[in-house]
Amino acid sequence: MGMNEMLKDPMVLRELVMDHYKYPHHHGLVRDGRYLSRHMASDSCIDDITVEADIQNNMIRDIRFDGVACTISTASTSMMTDLLIGKTVDEAKQIIDQYFNMIDAKDYDPEVLEEAVAMQNVYKQANRIKCATIGWKAIKEMITESEAVNE
Amino acid sequence: MFDVNKIREDFPMIRNNPGLVYFDNGATSWKPQAVIDAVNGFWTGYNSNVERGDYPIAAKADSAYLNTRKIISRFIGCRPEEVVFTANVSASINQIVYGVGKWLKEGDTVLVTEAEHASNLLPWFRLRKEKGINIEYIPVDRQGRAHIEDVRKALHEGVRAVSMAYVTNVLGSVQPIKEIAEAAHEYGALMIVDGAQSVPHRKTDVRDLDVDFMGFSSHKMCGPDGVGVLYGKYDLLQKMEPVFMGGGMNARFYSGFDYILKDAPERFEAGTPNIEGVIGLGAAAEYLMSVGMDDIEAYEKELRAYFAGRIAQLDNIEFYNPDNETGPVTFNAKDVFAQDAAGFLASRNIAVRSGNHCAKILHEVIGTDQTLRASLYFYNTKDEVDRFIEAAKEISVENAIGIFF
Repeated sequence: MGMNEMLKDPMVLRELVMDHYKYPHHHGLVRDGRYLSRHMASDSCIDDITVEADIQNNMIRDIRFDGVACTISTASTSMMTDLLIGKTVDEAKQIIDQYFNMIDAKDYDPEVLEEAVAMQNVYKQANRIKCATIGWKAIKEMITESEAVNE
Repeated sequence: MFDVNKIREDFPMIRNNPGLVYFDNGATSWKPQAVIDAVNGFWTGYNSNVERGDYPIAAKADSAYLNTRKIISRFIGCRPEEVVFTANVSASINQIVYGVGKWLKEGDTVLVTEAEHASNLLPWFRLRKEKGINIEYIPVDRQGRAHIEDVRKALHEGVRAVSMAYVTNVLGSVQPIKEIAEAAHEYGALMIVDGAQSVPHRKTDVRDLDVDFMGFSSHKMCGPDGVGVLYGKYDLLQKMEPVFMGGGMNARFYSGFDYILKDAPERFEAGTPNIEGVIGLGAAAEYLMSVGMDDIEAYEKELRAYFAGRIAQLDNIEFYNPDNETGPVTFNAKDVFAQDAAGFLASRNIAVRSGNHCAKILHEVIGTDQTLRASLYFYNTKDEVDRFIEAAKEISVENAIGIFF
């Protein structure tokens, strides 16, 4: 079974979410002045995460995150870091748009989202959409901030 | 005779949601047909504004509105003119803090506890910022209870008010309000009570408790949303300045900028009130009194004891308030984030609340930030508790993620 086929198997997707929750990637903050930082606590009173991003010369060089959050928040943010590190800002924006399309139950391209397609059913639980987007909103804001600085 | 099956027939939400176990009564309660009929009856039979009704339906609206003051006065043991209608308990407490705040000066102290809901802290926090009052905490134990000895230790000559919940919203701790009020009064301090989680569940007698002000919400006691009550001793209400100025609360005003306000309680009810809500609240209080507040309290205690006994046996559950006799069952599934667990329970058609329940500083006392809260009301049953227990046994990270696939 190829990678794309595997990402259609609910059991595989569930294991992926579990794995990203238990062993989140790029977890732990660096608190380095090069990084932009967003504390995401105002959207809901339950998840409380901070995301850092090192964006230089139109390139996402690194993303880190930490905080107290549910499975969906943690796993979706962890998947986001995997997907966007090493991408150009333009590539990242494309991926982010596709991700939000998926969360909003619109048409999207599963190819570019890779493992993040595991979040495809979150739209069915309206109260969890905030969880699945908290980290993604943070990176979106920081990309906008980095562009404002560059202008 | 208290018969839960008969009571359940009074609630259309129960009939219309077969299989749903609703354990989020601390957030809001369901409404009996009598309340729905009272609200509908106003809308469909005598919809008009209140005050000075010069035609029959307006007079009827007036009398129904004023009748709720009488009903509430019987319900909590005060005079009708000591019942002010507000939007909810938050509005009641904000009015109290605004009014009492005018009487305080820099350096005066207000005592609260760390188990308070945001609505009984943030108005005081703002007053502290604006006026430089001191806010001091009465310590609470790990189950959220304030002990009278600790209250006595916390009291001093500078204390002008003690403001706390009768029953706390996260842990259901019942505070010894009568003793606390007595101790506060020895120091000349006002006793202010957040009754949001107590008034719906037990008989309230503000005279016996000797509290000076109390707030509570209609929607948690089977009444409509958007209505609350502010009780105050009449002489205090008469001295207190209203937050809102406008129609319905003034007696006279002149082009020279002078004005004369009405007496309490009208003074605090500027603008067209939530008439249907107030009428519905009256029906709700009458309904609760017809069931019997003592029977409601006894039944809920028995149900909670049953719940506590069963949940305490679950290995995968940490149960935070086993010793409290009333109020919510507050817990976490071990190693499962509260919202994940709530999501899993929802997939089993069980409604509980996850989060910090607006008591954001309580975690410093109980050692956890997020909890699940199963809050009962007199229409819940042991059968529902059993269904909850079966589902709670299965809460795990795997199953919480599983609901998405």
